[in-house]
Amino acid sequence: MTNSIDLRPADTRQVPAETTLRATLASERPANVIAEPTGDIALSVEDLNLWYGSKQALTNVSMKIPVKQVTALIGPSGCGKSTLLRSINRMNDLIPNVTTKGRIRYHGVDLYGPGIDPVEVRRRIGMVFQKPNPFPKSIYDNVVFGAKVNGYKGNFQQLAEESLKRAALWDEVKDNLKKSGLALSGGQQQRLCIARAIANQPDVILMDEPCSALDPIATLKIEDLMRELVKDYTIVIVTHNMQQAARVSDYTAFMLTDEKTTGQLIEYGPTQELFTTPRDKRTEDYISGRFG
Amino acid sequence: MTRDLFNSELQQLQDDVLVLGSMTEKAIMDAMESLRDGDPTWSRRIIEDDKKVNAKRFEIEDRTTFVIASQQPMATDLRSLASILYIITDLERMADHAEGIARINLLLGDEPLPRRLGYLPAMADRAVAMLRNSLKAFIDHDVDMARQICDADDEVDRLQDSVYEDCIAAMIADPATIQRNTHLIWCAHNLERIADRCTNICERVIYTVTGHMQEINISKY
Repeated sequence: MTNSIDLRPADTRQVPAETTLRATLASERPANVIAEPTGDIALSVEDLNLWYGSKQALTNVSMKIPVKQVTALIGPSGCGKSTLLRSINRMNDLIPNVTTKGRIRYHGVDLYGPGIDPVEVRRRIGMVFQKPNPFPKSIYDNVVFGAKVNGYKGNFQQLAEESLKRAALWDEVKDNLKKSGLALSGGQQQRLCIARAIANQPDVILMDEPCSALDPIATLKIEDLMRELVKDYTIVIVTHNMQQAARVSDYTAFMLTDEKTTGQLIEYGPTQELFTTPRDKRTEDYISGRFG
Repeated sequence: MTRDLFNSELQQLQDDVLVLGSMTEKAIMDAMESLRDGDPTWSRRIIEDDKKVNAKRFEIEDRTTFVIASQQPMATDLRSLASILYIITDLERMADHAEGIARINLLLGDEPLPRRLGYLPAMADRAVAMLRNSLKAFIDHDVDMARQICDADDEVDRLQDSVYEDCIAAMIADPATIQRNTHLIWCAHNLERIADRCTNICERVIYTVTGHMQEINISKY
């Protein structure tokens, strides 16, 4: 599987200078409980460290994200879960002074390796944000936007219909695809953003608190949609809602920042086990609402 | 966030499980006394009081369900609440067995006093001790104690064998006592069921603490 996917652009990308910031030594790490998922692995995070300027945000994070499963990242604010999510499709590249050390392999290919095109990475690893952010364009234009930019050669009408169907929005908008995306309700807008991500034909969909701006009914629709989408896509979701993580995910990772270490992965395992019988007391305290 | 409200709700539910346990224990002890003394008035009161036990069980079940819905507990908290739902069912059923003994006393009617109950009082003592200890193990989250209590169930089973043998021998010796001794065998059966339900509580203690469900002592009955 290694190097089977070519993410290089036509021009060669500048390799970032090696950082001098030191990562935490293995011997200094707490004995965390990190499970190894069974089956094929889509993403393999290996000893990932990340700094915003001189401030460390992730410390020695290692985990494997399985193919066609929902993996949830949970933890209190500032624990690094959104940073980790954004690292997966190199969204952090857009923030100045970010330094990354370690690897994230996508089907064996190092996403931070030399010659990797971040735009191609983001096409294959799409993202849905906390607040629905449709473009001020029609529903149809929103969905096919990425495909047009990426030089898609197929039938756009068909792509739009297929993507909207997969995002469970088609029945609600099929009669008026020219309507502005901004005229939809919040929940519909979020599903439109999911359709837009799907239209790029990604392999992985990252979701950063996709329901936090939605009402409970719209939230449940998105959750149902996630369980439907996971049949075809690998999904990684950041959520503050632990019940949501418990409902929709197959695997859950609990992250934490404490006095000593920022952005560490404390426990990672099958969702049912993590929420019923967590092995680390810090996980138990967090999911029981005793801190955070 | 320390969840003071949730902690206090959980504490109150656990306290109420102990209250229900005390009501059940009293029902068992009263049933045995009424059997020994042949007092029909007392038996009727035990039967009447069982309604209060049932009401208490439903009240705890209602409140536990609401706490689960409103607090959305996880991990040990969730297991504790799920265990409470099982434990109160076992306690209520134990009280039904005590009521069964009270009804047998009414069936025995004018049998001559004092009644010779053989090993039945010893069975009742052990069953009540198992009940008390299993609830203590639940409150203290004491897995070791829970396992020990289950071992005591074997002794209750042996005592039941002895009651059975005595009653059969008595029936053979004097067929006129067949009905009376059959009733006493039923009393022993009720006490054996009570002890067996204590082992259910112990299994819930182990589940609450460890997250693992296992049948730790399979009764021969």
